[in-house]
Amino acid sequence: MLRILNKILRTGMVSESIPSEDDELERLGISVKRCLQLRFGRSLAIRQVDAGSCNGCELEIHALTNAYYDIERFGVHFVASPRHADALLVTGPVSRHMEAALKRAYVAMPSPKLVIAAGQCACNGGEFGVSYASCGAVANVIPVDVAVPGCPPTPLTLLQGILAAAGARKATARR
Amino acid sequence: MSGETFPREPFAWLSGYLASLRDQHVLVHDQTAQPLAPARVLEIDAEDWGKAASVAATAGLRWAACWGDHIGDELVLRAVLETAGDYIVLRTVVPLGKPVLPSHTPHFAAANHMERHTQDLLGVAFLDHPDSRRWIRHRAWPDTDHPLRRSFSGRGKTQASTPADANYRFEKIQGSGVVEIAVGPVHAGIIEPGHFRFQAVGEQILRLETRLGYTHKGIEKIAVGRDPDALARLAARVSGDCTVGHTWAACQALERASACQVPERALILRALMAERERVANHLGDIGAIGSDVGFAFAHCQLSRLREYWQRRNDELFGHRLLMDRVIPGGVAVDLDAAAVRLLHTDHVTLRRELAVLFDILDDHPSLDDRLLTTGYLAPDHARNLGVVGFVGRASGQGFDLRRDQPYAPYDRFEIPVPLYSDGDVAARMRVRMDEVYIALNLMDQMLDALPGGVTRNVLLPAADAEGLGCVESWRGEIISYVRLGPDRRVARFFPRDPSWLIWPTMEQLIAGNIVPDFPVCNKSINASYSGHDL
Ligand code: SF4
Repeated sequence: MLRILNKILRTGMVSESIPSEDDELERLGISVKRCLQLRFGRSLAIRQVDAGSCNGCELEIHALTNAYYDIERFGVHFVASPRHADALLVTGPVSRHMEAALKRAYVAMPSPKLVIAAGQCACNGGEFGVSYASCGAVANVIPVDVAVPGCPPTPLTLLQGILAAAGARKATARR
Repeated sequence: MSGETFPREPFAWLSGYLASLRDQHVLVHDQTAQPLAPARVLEIDAEDWGKAASVAATAGLRWAACWGDHIGDELVLRAVLETAGDYIVLRTVVPLGKPVLPSHTPHFAAANHMERHTQDLLGVAFLDHPDSRRWIRHRAWPDTDHPLRRSFSGRGKTQASTPADANYRFEKIQGSGVVEIAVGPVHAGIIEPGHFRFQAVGEQILRLETRLGYTHKGIEKIAVGRDPDALARLAARVSGDCTVGHTWAACQALERASACQVPERALILRALMAERERVANHLGDIGAIGSDVGFAFAHCQLSRLREYWQRRNDELFGHRLLMDRVIPGGVAVDLDAAAVRLLHTDHVTLRRELAVLFDILDDHPSLDDRLLTTGYLAPDHARNLGVVGFVGRASGQGFDLRRDQPYAPYDRFEIPVPLYSDGDVAARMRVRMDEVYIALNLMDQMLDALPGGVTRNVLLPAADAEGLGCVESWRGEIISYVRLGPDRRVARFFPRDPSWLIWPTMEQLIAGNIVPDFPVCNKSINASYSGHDL
């Protein structure tokens, strides 16, 4: 136990503040925190659905939970069921074999039913496109609010996309 | 298959196998041309296909792969067998009008899923196959269509939407108190989709059946017509966590088919990236095993180290996962002297950190309690299933291509291969901890041995040529087959991910465990869904 505590102490805090050189992200971060407080009971629950990805995108989504990004400190957390989710984070071209499952996850989600398409494949089909086995972009199957480019998107781009999704809904709510 | 350090004599065993084939009246056609060197192709008649496998099983060969190829009005079938680091490729032809072939599955359990994949995608009927159910095909195309036939359009028939998979006959256990638990395709965590059907009594799992194919993206079909660069991009996305391994294997196949010499510097850089991929995945998975049994400390620490490692990838190689860094004819990156120094320093730091962390993992009673004897894969079962990679090495199967069929640049280094026979989650974790240290040492040697020169030679794709690439990825052996057509473009691509051989172990090793231990067992083998579903 002492060894564990010792290691934890020596490691210290590695979590990074949102890069300050990126003013836009900073502003987004603050407004989204407020937005989450107002609209989502201080937190945003995300259900991740791999609709046919190569698993590269998942690795970077996993990275969001490591100590460097520690996405939970922004009030964003991943949940185990679409029934608990404010947003779906969908990766991959939607394989035809996952089409029905993705639609069911979407239907099961309560409103506001945000959908974030993460990665090149989710945005436009990527290297796989549309074929007998692939529906291509997520938007070909369910409505998408925010598309996050990158193959795979870096954790920072993913964070931007998630924050933008929450922010986008706030803008519509104000009107 | 393992252990020897003296120079081996390739194919010393082959004459014995050929003699046994002759005894069984199996005619091996003359094969003076060897298109898939260093593998040896044995052309046999279709009716002898089963006998050749039966003889191979008796001789103790390992079954590694099979795939079909539609050429003209025939289907060409190939199967790969290995022993002592040597590969042979059985090849036969069946007419399109009567695509029937004896199954290898009665002799090799490993053949089960790949034969059913060939049945679904190419319409080959395997006689005496113990399980005729579909495998990769769900309901995106009818059983009368065969996507890998040339007449099948890659776009398929327009269908407004694809219904969910249904009417797949899962096997059931009858009995009082037996409950069936269906999980997936969408799982609770952030992982790939697949379906698991448990038969359990209380907490205890009696039987598990896996149902895969959800991430089938038609990779084999959309590879057709690509040029080498485009094929490499596709190979990089067969399984994202194994991008270096797959791209290397596909490029090796292309390079062998086209007689392209890869520069020395590029070979070392490829190996360096492959080892970096190994370290990244091992670190991430060891941490995840910890978190699956509630030991968050391991996850926090190791995911931190993994993140640091990936940032270095981005900084020096230009991509956090090293995608598209291996290209036909060489690599797309180069390191300067400062980068080499930086990497050396990283290795020292990582070793120091791991000495503390692995020590804690090694000697933590609550971890032992969860990991020892959990998910036990007996060495006998591992051998029967032909499993490779770290899963094999934790269950007494010591095969490692880097040592047993050393391709450049591994032929210049000594490769220690950890081998355990405990076969549980703890042993698989132990193999991976050992492999991290071994990789770090190897990378130091490689950086020291980095020769000068260019990092890419031009690859002029040959016409009507084929090649077989075999590399040891972090997950295990990848076998990648590429055939180039008369237009010098890809006519057939089949990357056999190690997951084909790893997935069947899940059904074995989970029996008798409790349902809540499924995630940690699954993580401990970490087979790829995407690499398997293609
Ligand atoms: S965007 Fe790239 S990393 Fe993500 S699923 Fe597609 S190919 Fe894989």
